[in-house]
Amino acid sequence: MQHSLQKQQKHTLYRFNGGLHLPDNKSQSLTLPLEKAALPKRLIIPLHQHIGQSAEPLVKVGDQVLKGDMLAKPQGYVSAPVHAPSSGTVVAIETLPIPHPSGLPAACVVIETDGKETWGNQLEPIPDYPHADPSLLRERIRNAGIVGMGGAAFPSSVKLTPGLENPIHTLIINGAECEPYITCDDLLMQTQAEKILHGVGIIRRLIGAERCLFGIEDNKPEAIRRLRQAVTDAGMDWVSVIAIPTLYPSGGEKQLIKVLTGKEVPSGSIPAKIGMICHNVTTAFAVAEAVIEGKPLISRYITITGNGVQQPKNLEVLIGTPASELIKQAGGYTDQVSKLIVGGPMMGITLASDEVPITKATNCLLAADSSEAPDPGVASACIRCGRCAIACPANLLPQQMYWYARAKDLEKVQEYNLFDCIECGCCSHVCPSHIPLVQYFRFAKTESWAQEKEQRAAERARQRHEAQVARKERLEAERQAKLRQKKEALNKPAAKKPKSDKPEAGAEEDPKKAAIAAALKRAAEKKAKLAEQGIEPKNQSDLSEAQKQAIEQADQRRAESSTDAVTSEKQDG
Amino acid sequence: MRFTTITSPHSDRPNSVSKTMLLVILALIPGAIAMIWYFGWGILINMILASITAIVCEALAVRLRNRPVLPAIGDFSAVLTALLFAVAVPPLLPWWLTVIGVAFAILMVKQIYGGLGYNPFNPAMAAYVLLLVSYPVQMTSWLPPEMLNENPLTFIQSASVIFTGTLPAGLSWDALTMATPLDAMFTQLDQSKMLSEILIQPLWGDFGGRGWEWAGNWFLLGGLFLLFTRVISWHIPVSMLGSLLVIAMLFHFLDQEAYPFGMFHIFTGGTLLGAFFIATDPVSACTTKKGQLVYGASIGLLVFIIRTWGGYPDAVAFAVLLMNMAAPTIDYYTQPRAFGHQGARRD
Repeated sequence: MQHSLQKQQKHTLYRFNGGLHLPDNKSQSLTLPLEKAALPKRLIIPLHQHIGQSAEPLVKVGDQVLKGDMLAKPQGYVSAPVHAPSSGTVVAIETLPIPHPSGLPAACVVIETDGKETWGNQLEPIPDYPHADPSLLRERIRNAGIVGMGGAAFPSSVKLTPGLENPIHTLIINGAECEPYITCDDLLMQTQAEKILHGVGIIRRLIGAERCLFGIEDNKPEAIRRLRQAVTDAGMDWVSVIAIPTLYPSGGEKQLIKVLTGKEVPSGSIPAKIGMICHNVTTAFAVAEAVIEGKPLISRYITITGNGVQQPKNLEVLIGTPASELIKQAGGYTDQVSKLIVGGPMMGITLASDEVPITKATNCLLAADSSEAPDPGVASACIRCGRCAIACPANLLPQQMYWYARAKDLEKVQEYNLFDCIECGCCSHVCPSHIPLVQYFRFAKTESWAQEKEQRAAERARQRHEAQVARKERLEAERQAKLRQKKEALNKPAAKKPKSDKPEAGAEEDPKKAAIAAALKRAAEKKAKLAEQGIEPKNQSDLSEAQKQAIEQADQRRAESSTDAVTSEKQDG
Repeated sequence: MRFTTITSPHSDRPNSVSKTMLLVILALIPGAIAMIWYFGWGILINMILASITAIVCEALAVRLRNRPVLPAIGDFSAVLTALLFAVAVPPLLPWWLTVIGVAFAILMVKQIYGGLGYNPFNPAMAAYVLLLVSYPVQMTSWLPPEMLNENPLTFIQSASVIFTGTLPAGLSWDALTMATPLDAMFTQLDQSKMLSEILIQPLWGDFGGRGWEWAGNWFLLGGLFLLFTRVISWHIPVSMLGSLLVIAMLFHFLDQEAYPFGMFHIFTGGTLLGAFFIATDPVSACTTKKGQLVYGASIGLLVFIIRTWGGYPDAVAFAVLLMNMAAPTIDYYTQPRAFGHQGARRD
C-alpha cells in the first residue's frame, strides 16, 4: 500500500491549454445509499443508442419478452444490440422522441412491463476471464450491447479490437467526470471499485496493455481512496489511480491522455495511433457485469439534479425509463425549473419534453432553473478580446473561426482547424459578447460535411459525364472509321488487284480462327469429361428444359458471333 | 411539461462586454484623479464633455444604422474612448476641439467601420493624432504640474478658458502653459544640450517629469488591477514596456549625455497609460499570445524611435496606430499550434 501510494504520487502530470474552473455543483446529488429507480410501466428502448448502424429489431408487437432478451441485433460491424431491461410485452415498435441533439424522433421498442422482472436466458458468466479466449470476451462484450458510456456511445467491442498495426501499451480509464453537477461516475467508483477493476482487467486482457492509468479529478477524494484501496487489495500493481487537477474539460479523451501522459493524440486520429486506449469507468463496470455475471447492458447509474428538482440524487436506472419517471422519483420539479438538460451544463442537450427515455449514454438529467441555465441574451459584436483562445483546450483561435464561420467561408474555417474543436463550450462560456461560438462551429462542421458530400457527388457526376462523353466520342470515331473503311472497300476493287491481297489476309485470319476452334474444342472435351464423371456445372444443375434450350441457343450464337467478331475485327483493323 | 431548447453550453456566462468596459473605466479612475490633481479641473471638464459627446455621437450613429441604441450605449465602450481621449489631451483644450476629436473617434473611426469590434484603429488615439496634426499648438499647450504651477486655475476659470477662450485677468497663455517634460527633453537634446545640463532643471522628478511620473504610477496601479482581474493579459504591457526599456537603456549606455535613461521613457508622456489602457484595446490589438508579444514589443520600439528621432513630442499614439495596421498580419503569422498538430500552421 505504502509503496503503491508513493508510486502514484510520483506520477508527473501535464497541462492542456486553457480549460475552466467551474463551480462544480456536485454535492447536491452526492447522497448515499444509491437506490434503484422504481420499475416504470412502460420502457421505451431506442434501437439506435450508439454510433454506427442502428440495431435491427428481433421482436414484433405482441411478443412476450423476458429481462435480458435481445430486442434487436446489431447490423454491421459498428453497431450494438439492445436488450429488454425488464420482462413484459412489446406493445409498439414506432418512432418516438429520443434524447438526441437533432431533436428528431427515432425508432423505439416499447415494452409494457409485467412487474415480475423475470430473467430470460442469461448469457453464461465467464468468471475466469484471465484465462478466457479474448475473442470469446470480445464477442460477449458485443452481445451484451456495451457502448462507450461517457457520452459518445461508440460500440466498445470495436474499440477493443485495436488491430496489429497499433500495439497498445497504455490503457486509460476515464473517471474524471469533469462536467459540473454529474456525480454518477463518482458514486459508481465509491461503491463498485472492485467490479470496475475486474472490468479494467478484462479490457487489459483484450488489448494487452502494459499499464493502466486511472484518471480521477481531485474533487472526488473518496472515489480515489476506494479505488486505490481496491487496487492494492487486488494486487494490480500495473494500475495507477491518479488524482488529476479539477479543470474542465479534463475528462475529454484527448485532454485526459495529455494530462496523464503528456502525449497528444494526433489531429484527426484516435488514441490507438499512439498506443493508448481510453475507456470510461462506467464502461469498464458494464464490461465486468457482462463478462463475470453475464448481464447485458440494461441499466446504469444516472444523476438527477439541479435547482429544478426537489431532491437531487443518483439512481440505478433501467435503460428505456422515461425521464419523467425519474424526475418524479427525485421529488418532482420545483417551481423554478426552466430547462431540462440531458448531460451536464457544458455539453448537455436540452429536451423539449421529459417524455424521452434514458439511453445507454445518458449520465445525467439536469433540471435547471434560470440562474443555472439562463436564456442566452442577444449576442453583441466580438471585441476580439481573445478569452476564447485562452480558454480553448484544443488551442484553437475561436474568434478567428467565428469570423469565418459567420462569413460561411468554410475553407478558411477549416484551415483554422475547425475539426479539432471538441465542442466543450469553454469559448462560449467565457465570451463577454455572449456569442454562441460552439453553435457557429457546429454549423460550420455540418455545412462542411454537406459540402464535402456534395463535392463527392459532383465529382462522381463529373467523372460519369466525362466517361460518357469519351465513350460517345469513341463510338463515333469507330463508326466513322467503319464508314471510311466501307467506302474504301467499295472503291478498292477498281483500284487494287484483289488476288494479291487474299493469301495475306487468310494467313492472318487462320491462326485466330484456329485458336478459337481449339479453345471451343477444349471446353467441349472438358464438359464431356465432367459429364462422364457425372459432374455438371453448378449453375447448370436443376435447369428446366426451356432454360437448357436457351443455353444451347446462346452457345450457338456465341460460337457464330465469335467468328463474326474476328471477321469484323479484321475489317476494322 | 414543455421546455425551451437551446444548444450547449447552458452555463451562466460570467463575463460581459459592459462589465469588461466598466472594469477598464474603474481602473482608469486612479490615474484620472491623479491627472486632475496635478493638472487641474480642465481634465475633469474634458472628461465630462468628451463623454457626453461620445454618447450623443454613438446614439446618433447607431440610430442611423437602425440598430438598437440602448445596448450600444450600455456597453460603455464609447464612454471609455471618451475618457481615454480626455486624459490624453491638454487640460485647457478648447471645447470644440474635444468635440471634434471625440466625434471623429466615434463616427469616423468606430461606427463607420461597423461599430464596436470592427474598428481597425484605436478610436481615442486616431482622434488624438487627428487633432495633433491639425492643431499642434492647442494640442501641445500643457499646463505645468501642480507643484510647479504658479497660477492654478479654479474650476470656473478652467471652464471659462475651455468654453470661451478667455484667460483669467492678467494671465497670458505663455504664463499659463508649459512644455511637457518629453517636449522639453527632446527639444533641448535637439539643441545639443547635454542630458546632465537638462536634468538639473526643476521640471524633473525621480524618473520623469514631476507630476507626470506620479500620474504614471497611478495608471500603473490601474493596469495592475486590470491584470489581476484578467481583463487584460500581461503580454502587451510587459513586451511594450520591456522593449522600450531595453532599447532606451541600450542607447543611454552608448551615449549617456545624448539619450535619456530607460526609466525616463517609462515614466514620462503617455507610456504607462498607453501600455495598460491603449495598446491593450482588444479590438485593434493582436489576439494571439505570440502576436501580442510582437505587437507590444514593436510599439515599444516605435515609441523610442519616434520620440528620439521623430518630429512629434509623444509617440504612443503613432506607435499604436501603426501597429494597429499590422495586427491582422501579425495574428496570421503567430497562430498557436493546435492540439494534436505537429507545428503551427504556415502557408
